[in-house]
Amino acid sequence: MSMVEPVEDTHGFPFTEHAQKFEVIPTDAADPSSATFVVHDEDHTLGNSLRYMVMKNPAVTFCGYSIPHPSEFKIHMRIQTDGSMTAAQALDKGLDDLIALSEHVLQTFQAKVAATEDYEIRDGAHI
Amino acid sequence: MHDEAALQEMRTRVVLHADRVAHPSSMEFPGNFPGEDLSWNLEEFKKNFRIVVGFIGKDDMEFDMIGVDAAIANAFRRILIGEVPTMAIEKVFVLNNTSIMHDEILAQRLGLIPIKADPRLFTFRRGANDDPTDLNTLVFKLRVQCTKNPDALPSAVHPADKYINSNVLSSHLQWDPQGEQVERFANDPCRPVIDDILITKMRPGQEIDVELHCQKGIGKEHAKWSPVATASYRLLPDIQILKPITGESAKRFQKCFPPGVVAVKPNAAGQLEATIANPRKDTVSREVLRHAEFEDKVRLTRVRDHFIFSIESTGILPPQELFGEAAKILINKCNVVKAALHASGALVAPQEI
Repeated sequence: MSMVEPVEDTHGFPFTEHAQKFEVIPTDAADPSSATFVVHDEDHTLGNSLRYMVMKNPAVTFCGYSIPHPSEFKIHMRIQTDGSMTAAQALDKGLDDLIALSEHVLQTFQAKVAATEDYEIRDGAHI
Repeated sequence: MHDEAALQEMRTRVVLHADRVAHPSSMEFPGNFPGEDLSWNLEEFKKNFRIVVGFIGKDDMEFDMIGVDAAIANAFRRILIGEVPTMAIEKVFVLNNTSIMHDEILAQRLGLIPIKADPRLFTFRRGANDDPTDLNTLVFKLRVQCTKNPDALPSAVHPADKYINSNVLSSHLQWDPQGEQVERFANDPCRPVIDDILITKMRPGQEIDVELHCQKGIGKEHAKWSPVATASYRLLPDIQILKPITGESAKRFQKCFPPGVVAVKPNAAGQLEATIANPRKDTVSREVLRHAEFEDKVRLTRVRDHFIFSIESTGILPPQELFGEAAKILINKCNVVKAALHASGALVAPQEI
């Protein structure tokens, strides 16, 4: 899989710069099928939606996230798999799936908004 | 054990009882139901996913998002409230303030004024070492002096008649374009969204002279940057009548719901009977569950994957654009984490301690 370049900061969270975004806390160096990933500067927004996508993967036996302390702006995401893929691969697949889902939601929404004859336009809004 | 219909209800509906909400969380995960493949399938998702726009107004819209999990719908809602950036007044340089309002209260009130400027045309100012430029800062001036109205009638009692500028309004803010901002915003000058927001009141002899610097920010840091008044969703109510409700009882049944939810019409036997006309209007107050006569006759549920989204913009961006921005932000979040995951090397080999 090719490396994904970080996207321009126009939509990014403004406090991430110079800070570490990502850490791995391995459970067992010899067993990559379970690990805890630390994602900095994220909260329930990404945590819960990503947990849902990762749990949709049949190779994943457990996935959960927590915010270990309310003053520390980070989430811990725990992933355990049945061994057919590593925990990191399961996380990567979850991210891919969430991107694909969001892109489809965005396209559908924009198409529906463009179909101005299908809904009511109030107070002379410009669509 | 559950029969097929009960299981189906459990999977697709959130059931509301008088004292509790039954099975609120989704069960659609691989391995939960034998013989069913519930793993993520984009094609299957595309088949089931629907968006139905209800209406779009200048500042508000409503649409239905059908076929997603609450985790996803909630991510969009949270991003709308806390992570879609806007421009808001962040620095207030007080040159003179002789009004009765303290500088810090004045600054706080000024910050909350929605500023009509497309945030996508600005960049974030990153800390104090990042110099303000015409790309990351908007400047407004507020210079107001209150004086006696020389033309006031002797009988005038209202301050608005007796004095000039006794009310300091958001329309008193004057945009001071910097650098190339005049050309960039020639078609859409930067201004407060609403002109008659009362900032403070003054009396003759009092004066305010402040310079205001707007910066780009997000609602998570301060609510003044939130682009929405509210962004919320609710699940579509689904009211099931289990046994016919007829006669006077039907009229009492109708009164348990907001107008328009229940229709009472003569049935085939010529008897008045209650039917569900428009469950969407229901607020799910659960009033009906307080009456013994309707026990075992009605079941209040909500459709688990049918979200009625409502977005009320503050007027800075139209609501339909806000949702598009929210979706892009979620995609961007994933891309940033993905890049960090790849850079960490965790994907290549088992990690070493």
